[in-house]
Amino acid sequence: MTWYAFSGALEQGFVYGLMVLGVYITFRVLHFPDLTVDGSLPLGAAVASVCITNGWDPYLACVPAMLAGFVAGMVTGILNTKFKILHLLASILTMIALYSINIRIMGRPNMALLNQEIVLDPLFALGLTQAVAGPLLFGVLAVAVVGGLIWFLNTELGQAMRATGDNPQMITAQGVDTHKMIIAGVGLSNALVALAGALVAQSQGAADVNMGVGVIVAGLASVIVGETLFGARSIGRRIVAALLGSVIYRLAIALALSLKLGAFSFTPSDINLITAILVVLALVSPQLKQKVQARARS
Amino acid sequence: MLVLEKVVKYFNKGTINEVLAINKLDLIVERADFITIIGSNGAGKSTMLSCMAGTIIPDAGRVVLSDRDVTTWPEWKRARYIGRVFQDPLKGTSASLSIEENLALAMRRGKMRGFAAGVSRQDRDHFRDRLKELGLGLENRLKDQVGLLSGGQRQALTLLMATMVKPEVLLLDEHTAALDPKTAQQILELTQQVVEAQKLTTLMVTHNMRQAIALGNRLVMLHQGEVILDLEGEAKRSLTVDDLLQQFYAIRGETLSSDRLLLG
Repeated sequence: MTWYAFSGALEQGFVYGLMVLGVYITFRVLHFPDLTVDGSLPLGAAVASVCITNGWDPYLACVPAMLAGFVAGMVTGILNTKFKILHLLASILTMIALYSINIRIMGRPNMALLNQEIVLDPLFALGLTQAVAGPLLFGVLAVAVVGGLIWFLNTELGQAMRATGDNPQMITAQGVDTHKMIIAGVGLSNALVALAGALVAQSQGAADVNMGVGVIVAGLASVIVGETLFGARSIGRRIVAALLGSVIYRLAIALALSLKLGAFSFTPSDINLITAILVVLALVSPQLKQKVQARARS
Repeated sequence: MLVLEKVVKYFNKGTINEVLAINKLDLIVERADFITIIGSNGAGKSTMLSCMAGTIIPDAGRVVLSDRDVTTWPEWKRARYIGRVFQDPLKGTSASLSIEENLALAMRRGKMRGFAAGVSRQDRDHFRDRLKELGLGLENRLKDQVGLLSGGQRQALTLLMATMVKPEVLLLDEHTAALDPKTAQQILELTQQVVEAQKLTTLMVTHNMRQAIALGNRLVMLHQGEVILDLEGEAKRSLTVDDLLQQFYAIRGETLSSDRLLLG
């Protein structure tokens, strides 16, 4: 792997790490498999890009992007809780609807940000190259979000949210409206995903309506990789593990792409297949382990 | 205190499987009553408790709690005034949260939850004192995940959580039925201790007639969704299991099905 590929993987690991942290909230804290992500990532990118091309400060542009993501998540949460639509289906409906909405927001399927001011510009002004500035800025941001998330999940509200995913009956008996918790939690998750989208668009120089395809699977893969390697009991370590999982996942992908087996080598379009296989393996391995152990005993 | 007024609840209404679970049931629970509730399977015991807790909204009738008509209040809103312990020991606590986090959640029952730290240092001291009362050694395991505890320990913790903030009514739905006899006895003693210490208004569903006679100041027997027996004071104190069976026969003209009613 070249230094350039390594730094690129690091940058992606951190920036998509924000998305992974969002996926962690829905998938692991709320036990709510949320596919809204595939639509809210380009949503964040679209909103931020429109703001930036209209002369907004690139940092400020992230705020409406996050708000839009929050609202998208809330819609999924409301469809699920108030209208009793299965969580997976509710999130797919929002995701599909967002495809049309994202094109409406941009006025076209994609939007270039060339020659626009982006969040990395202040670092470029200091003489840093993309290979240093990207990982640095997004790394600092991701670590800050990790800290914020750990803090939040240990507040009164955060604990109530964790209990909502774990045992809705118990937390209802303790006077918490689980509907509000789910709506707010899925909202928060998608706000982070949209933030990731806003930043990815800026670092790649374009927002594209299709940039979210398969992102949820990458998010799940990262969460699982993190848990497998750093799995720990305390909520703090689990959040850190999710971010590290994201970085390692991107490094593994970069490594796979740099492999050459004779005439064969992986292309970027193979990533989805590799990721899907990775997730299946991670999900199946505990069962396989049990079977192997059971056979060894008999 | 707590009044059920002509409460009606059907299950599967309008289908061939329609069941009348609660039939124009009237019950007035006085302050500091400790009522044990018995009845055979399908008598409507758990349904009645669910109507009080808000898990089930009745088809007709009213539920009044301390002069508030709570008939249509959602479960979480009623939880402000109601403490509950479920039959399944896993239902009352959150397995992936620690003991102190579970207690902290219980301490905020009915109050606003904000961005303050969930567990503070003073909380921990308070939790240790309360856990010591259980006599299970849990006061030294505040950071342990609740999933690591046994069913009996979790049920004891649930009881503590239900009474952490003094409830206007404590609902116990066969809360010892899923435990082994020795643990069940411990939880029962603990229940008695907590209810007496805080003078709690309590309703306890049980399948065990001896338990129903031994505990509380009032005994209510349900049959086919109606109250068929309501004894208190001296009438309850002098009651025996044989009396109960005979009373049932006299009132209903049929033998009490003992499919799940324990006589022992």
